[in-house]
Amino acid sequence: MADPRVIIIGAGPAGVRAAETLVDAGLRPIVVDEDARDGGQIYRRQPEGFTRPQSALYGSETARAQALHTTFDRLKGRIDYRRRHLAWNIANGHVHLVSDGAASAVPYDALIIAAGATDRLMPVKGWDYAGTYSLGAAQIALKAQAASIGRRVVFMGTGPLLQLVASQYVQAGAEVVALLDTTPFLTQVKALPRLIARPAVLLRGMKLVAGLKLSGIAIHRGVTPLEIHGDAETGVSGVSVRLDSGEIRRFDCDAIGLGYHLRPETQLADLARCDFEFDAKSRQFWPTLDIDGRSRINGVYLAGDGARTQGADGAEISGRLAAFAALADLSLRVPEQRVSALRIAAKRMERFREGIAAAFPWPDFLAKAIPDETIVCRCEGITARELRGVALEKTAHELNRAKAFSRVGMGRCQGRYCGHAAAEIISAAVGAPLETIGRLRGQAPVKPLSISTRSVLT
Amino acid sequence: MPPASSFAQQPRFVRLGETGRPVVTILVDGTAVPAFVGDTLLVAVLTHFGKLRRSEFGGTARAGFCLMAACQDCWVWTETGERLRACDTPVKAGLAILTEQPDASWPTRA
Amino acid sequence: MSEVTRTDVIVIGGGIMGAATAFFLRKRGIAVALIERGLIGQQASGTNFGNVRRQGRYLKQLPLANRSREIWGRLQELLGEDVEFLPSGHLRLAYNDEMTAKIEDYTGQARHYGLDLEIISGNALRDRFPFVGPEVRAGSYSPHDGHANPRLAAPAFGRAAKRIGAAVFENTEIVVVEKAGDEFRVEAADGRLLYAPQLLISAGAWGNRLSTQFGEPVPLTAHGPQMAVTEPLPYAILPVIGVASGIPHEVVYLRQVKRGNIVFGGGGRGPASADTSRANVLPENTLSQFTQISRLVPALNRLNIIRVWSGVESYLPDDIPIMGPSAKVAGLHYAFGFCGHGFQLGPGVGDVMAELIATGKTETPIEPFAISRFRNTKDVALPS
Repeated sequence: MADPRVIIIGAGPAGVRAAETLVDAGLRPIVVDEDARDGGQIYRRQPEGFTRPQSALYGSETARAQALHTTFDRLKGRIDYRRRHLAWNIANGHVHLVSDGAASAVPYDALIIAAGATDRLMPVKGWDYAGTYSLGAAQIALKAQAASIGRRVVFMGTGPLLQLVASQYVQAGAEVVALLDTTPFLTQVKALPRLIARPAVLLRGMKLVAGLKLSGIAIHRGVTPLEIHGDAETGVSGVSVRLDSGEIRRFDCDAIGLGYHLRPETQLADLARCDFEFDAKSRQFWPTLDIDGRSRINGVYLAGDGARTQGADGAEISGRLAAFAALADLSLRVPEQRVSALRIAAKRMERFREGIAAAFPWPDFLAKAIPDETIVCRCEGITARELRGVALEKTAHELNRAKAFSRVGMGRCQGRYCGHAAAEIISAAVGAPLETIGRLRGQAPVKPLSISTRSVLT
Repeated sequence: MPPASSFAQQPRFVRLGETGRPVVTILVDGTAVPAFVGDTLLVAVLTHFGKLRRSEFGGTARAGFCLMAACQDCWVWTETGERLRACDTPVKAGLAILTEQPDASWPTRA
Repeated sequence: MSEVTRTDVIVIGGGIMGAATAFFLRKRGIAVALIERGLIGQQASGTNFGNVRRQGRYLKQLPLANRSREIWGRLQELLGEDVEFLPSGHLRLAYNDEMTAKIEDYTGQARHYGLDLEIISGNALRDRFPFVGPEVRAGSYSPHDGHANPRLAAPAFGRAAKRIGAAVFENTEIVVVEKAGDEFRVEAADGRLLYAPQLLISAGAWGNRLSTQFGEPVPLTAHGPQMAVTEPLPYAILPVIGVASGIPHEVVYLRQVKRGNIVFGGGGRGPASADTSRANVLPENTLSQFTQISRLVPALNRLNIIRVWSGVESYLPDDIPIMGPSAKVAGLHYAFGFCGHGFQLGPGVGDVMAELIATGKTETPIEPFAISRFRNTKDVALPS
């Protein structure tokens, strides 16, 4: 057959390692990324003209980041690299791309979707004030723009990123007021044995926390977020939480980095008609995959945080596995021993992911207590009251129905930042299990698409 | 509608370094604002002002949220009526953006 | 022991036709059970463009459309809920002499049906509606047409019907429907049995499966509307806008809602399946729509769409719905296959079917929609 056409969507760690694997096998994949540079989020490259050493950006992960970037730079001549191209739709065996207003449809024999993840958010009253950012945003401001999100920053939420970003801010000389973790200390201790799956990572995390303690910033665990204070014009002015002692404390600040670990970006998997299944431990739906990243759709593979939120190292492994799976399914030879070793590593990454989910649980318990006046859907300005109202008064127990009636999830972000929380809020309001509430169906375009877009023949 | 310049004038983001880059000037609500080559439009605006836009529903000032082109909360209007996503638009000389919604005359403006 | 429901009328299919009929039957004091395999208003009724227009309709449909429009005007009061009906007008635009002649001709004929349209020439049009593009030569304006929110309308009818005593069964699949003696017997998947002397089939793209069981197959096909919506903008475009073209890809339509988003669609139908209940927007249709709506309102060119969607609509080859009594079975009635133009008719269809079922006749002429017109059709397509 003619050279198989493989498209990789995403040039982060998963996409880059998938591309490398395919190139090593003699193929010339198309690699699509919406951004101007490779690296994804975790290994985001600073713009040209920045002078900070890589160690300042990537810390303990510098060697891995450099290896990834070097690999991609080496690959560029041997792949069809479409930077600043958005994959806005998948239909009929084609990926639909747009770049600078020019649309094209590219056919594939195999498609590897490595679309990454975003922070997972649980609304808190006042989170719509200017100055509230995701934890990922706080990190990007620092890593990619050498800026702090504010003069006095509070970090709140849970997950390894919370500690990491706070630590990076402290080291960069930003003023960090407090680190507020919703997970109780005991929960994190109990999960330690699961994190032994990756001892080096565990140790790094512990060192980080020790370092933070030394820096003197206030660290509280087991907090309940109550309210982000501020006003509609000038934004955030502080945050109040209930400490695990029961005391309510307010921290003055002008910026908050907020997040509860990650959620996979699944819109492209939806458009490719992949099946999804409910995972009770992490309380979310995710694409159904085999160990190699095969979806239930022939020729469609998922890798990286967009498949399972295992982090960068897991992404590199799953990227390779997905590429090997694609090669095998195209009847090309794959090194069986290498694949077996990768599968063992992948299983370890998955165990670690489960450990992280147990150590830093998604705070579903906060959903029922969210005050009625809290904005749930930031894009459309829909409150918890309105959402609960349609669930109870219009029997909208299923998430897409609730969206149709309340508009939650109808805004520009199409439910990325409100979908999970909305399901929890409905579940709590009507007393139905979370799984029965369902998930928001992804629709094209994956991101806003300009009406000035015109087809060009490629 | 109160003039944009009277609100949210306090810079939001704080630069922690990398200020040796070449300067490029953009316009924000008609005011010339110095930025550095390599800044995103979002950072260029927020190192001088506190907001990028207002929510269409409620009018609350917004200043972006995710910085990774996922939340879509940082779309701004150019003076000529185009739409730009501030967090992934690099600054370049001559960029002129507005932080207030246009009024109902938007379909007939040049 | 199965639940048994004995009632006056069973309605199969909870789109706007079935829900509205159930509501108006209750208003007449008639007992009704409304059965829907999913949720009320989820299919075509919930995914269409939301046009509430009489202008441009097949003329013989205007009496029904007029009756429906009258109900739209008091729907909020009737249902106790706001379905965002905005009588903000409808503009049908023309790019050339041929289209202008078409709208002028229609204007003359529609007047006989009580629909008064105003022909406006290009420049006068732009004086009044400054957003209209330079390619537009003329337009006809229907001041009392408008639009509403399709996601809300049918469910609101369903809730109102329930409030006034209709038995509403959602998430209820039918396994058997048959006439046994003088009554209809319906068996649901959960074992419930329903009996009534009259039956309405308002099951949209699934309607012909049921009509076939009663010996009245029709050549129905399923297609999906090709819809898109923009981000919100300040509210500036009041009338719904359409194009009087005979060229399919030019026939686009758009409306701005009060919250500011602009909904648009048209230019061709997309694939839909009654088997899977799935429908898709073809990416090439979206891109083609971009070009076409920019001709109507050039300012749209700078905006972003944030979502596309489709749904399962049902079509007959003559572009005319199935509505009225069965030609073969006493007590059996139909209201399905509205060819992508049923939303505006919904309240009227409900009112007419209720009248027909309750009294045996209706004042509104519906003979053109009779199922009997397919009685001799040789090639009746299998359910698609």
